[in-house]
Amino acid sequence: MSGRQPPGGGADYLLEVRDLKVYFRLPRRNMLTPGGTVHAVDGIGYRVRRGTTFGIVGESGSGKTTAALAAMRLAPVTSGSIRLDGVEMTTLGGDALREMRRKIQIVFQDPYSSLNPRMRAGAIVREPMDLMEVGEPGERDARVAELFGRVGLRPEQEALFPHQFSGGQRQRIGVARALATQPELIVCDEPVSALDVAIQAQILNLLRELQDGFGLTYLFISHDLGVVQHICDDIAVMYLGEIVEQSDRISLFTRPLHPYTWALISAVPSARRRRSGADGRVRLQGDPPNPIDPPPGCRFAPRCPFAVERCRREKPALREARKGHLVSCHLVGDDCVPPHAAAAGSAA
Amino acid sequence: MNAAAPLLEVEGLEVEFSTRQGTARVLDGVALSLEPGRTLGIVGESGCGKSMTALSIMRLVPEPPGRIGAGAVRLNGEDLLQASEKRMREVRGKDISMIFQEPMTSLNPVYSIGDQIAETVRLHEGLSRRESLEWAIEMLKAVHIPAAERRVREFPHQMSGGMRQRVMIAMALACRPSVLIADEPTTALDVTVQAQVFDLLKELQEKTGTAIVLISHDMGAIAEMADRVMVMYAGRIVEEAATEEILESPRHPYTRGLIACVPHMEEKPPPERAALTEIPGVVPALTDIGAGCAFAPRCARATDLCRRAAPPSFETGEDRRTACWLYGEAGAA
Repeated sequence: MSGRQPPGGGADYLLEVRDLKVYFRLPRRNMLTPGGTVHAVDGIGYRVRRGTTFGIVGESGSGKTTAALAAMRLAPVTSGSIRLDGVEMTTLGGDALREMRRKIQIVFQDPYSSLNPRMRAGAIVREPMDLMEVGEPGERDARVAELFGRVGLRPEQEALFPHQFSGGQRQRIGVARALATQPELIVCDEPVSALDVAIQAQILNLLRELQDGFGLTYLFISHDLGVVQHICDDIAVMYLGEIVEQSDRISLFTRPLHPYTWALISAVPSARRRRSGADGRVRLQGDPPNPIDPPPGCRFAPRCPFAVERCRREKPALREARKGHLVSCHLVGDDCVPPHAAAAGSAA
Repeated sequence: MNAAAPLLEVEGLEVEFSTRQGTARVLDGVALSLEPGRTLGIVGESGCGKSMTALSIMRLVPEPPGRIGAGAVRLNGEDLLQASEKRMREVRGKDISMIFQEPMTSLNPVYSIGDQIAETVRLHEGLSRRESLEWAIEMLKAVHIPAAERRVREFPHQMSGGMRQRVMIAMALACRPSVLIADEPTTALDVTVQAQVFDLLKELQEKTGTAIVLISHDMGAIAEMADRVMVMYAGRIVEEAATEEILESPRHPYTRGLIACVPHMEEKPPPERAALTEIPGVVPALTDIGAGCAFAPRCARATDLCRRAAPPSFETGEDRRTACWLYGEAGAA
């Protein structure tokens, strides 16, 4: 990789996001009623350590993808700060933004619709280098061939069109394209959820291999907790546009503090924890509410089995409950006992 | 197997599709049997034939290009493959019904959900419009849709994905079918909603004794729901056994790979993460499966025999079968 030093020096965070908000205005339905506002991302902050994988998990509509796209300036930022390598991204424009974007690339969820069906695989991987003027034009073909090798494709496959590849191979092309500009940060937006399970393992292993080889940093968006636990070092759990819990992977899964995280973890069917009976599993009622004009107070309160009056009235702040483990829940006491553990304790 | 005749029995099912690349044998000797109140899971990757098995049971295989070449699908002893189209229209939705992956696209956007549920019972049970709407409300209550009396008039776009899947279930169960085929019913849903749908299916199954065929690519979902599991690969059943046995001691190399390649969520994640076990390569094209075992090209333990001849299904335990030469000689190896 380029080996640039972070201008800020000190802490080795490649990406620092502060109080990021992305709102979308809805058109008014008629003359009399004003249109609502979608609070897709509502004041989130996180920092991604260089060379690690930061995961954002959440259900549909939680804002996880918008949060990632905003970090690339691909979603309109309403307010907040995004610093990549110490450079404030939100105020950049024109050539300066383009220059910074070389450092961030993305791998999309759907390897079928994210590749141009009329372009040959080699040209797809070369295109970002041409557009962003990476390297000498004469060297780019050699670089494409090298990238093909790195992602487990054969150089002669450069001449094929996307439809001639399987889903897994297409995702490899998507990964090669993301690597083309020698980025430092790769946003992986559900990179394996459209793939068959056997192929998922191949792509996840490839991503980790490339991370080790190139010192890449990943911002990894997923709804699959198994995948997130496997690949991420630090994880933020999003619910309705907000981060409700954030921690390293071990702490988060071993001792989830937010009732939502706990519910999410216990809702995952597992081939290993086969039917341990009622197994203290929680069931959330209802669906995630609408991010248009969300409820006051804690946004999870309407579905939370432990919610009390205060939760519906007063918004909890994201605070450090344990070292490096952030949670926003009124019910997590100073002793760091989450409400679900307290409930289980009193029942036992 | 007990002596009682199974509710649904499939034997030697062969389905072919003519394609430009040649004839694809999408199902090859598929057999299953299902008793009331039980859940059979069918698991496998895309193209393994799990959905095609469901469509064949319903006789919904598009013909042409498809063709059911051989086999029998017996519901309470009656061979549905020999039944008339008129008889099949009675069977579908009344005796056997189906729910699909996409609750968004499987509902008709221009009819209220009440009308759509009522249509099934009007057709099959000859209820009047008024009676059938009342029944629709009952069904919506049974699937725990709040304010059913109001919701019954709503349209699919007014509901969330989880709600729509509940409506699909209400519709599928409206005539109290003896078999419900659920084809990836929760794949499009969030995990917390998936858990709700699974609970609902289990609850309704307990009440009505409906037998369920659950098709899924997710071993976790199968583990949660199914009593018995069939693992399919390239149109064949490669292994079948009780769910616990498959999960605890998978025998077929493909089943082993399928379980090992998924990153499992552990309650106490290990600090060091090993690379995931991969199943190398990809699923073969169904038009060029040779004489050998279809999995042999991806199998680490394949021998000459595997590449030469497809293995039959060997008994590898009580009520357990594995189609793999590794278990050939010794029976239960």
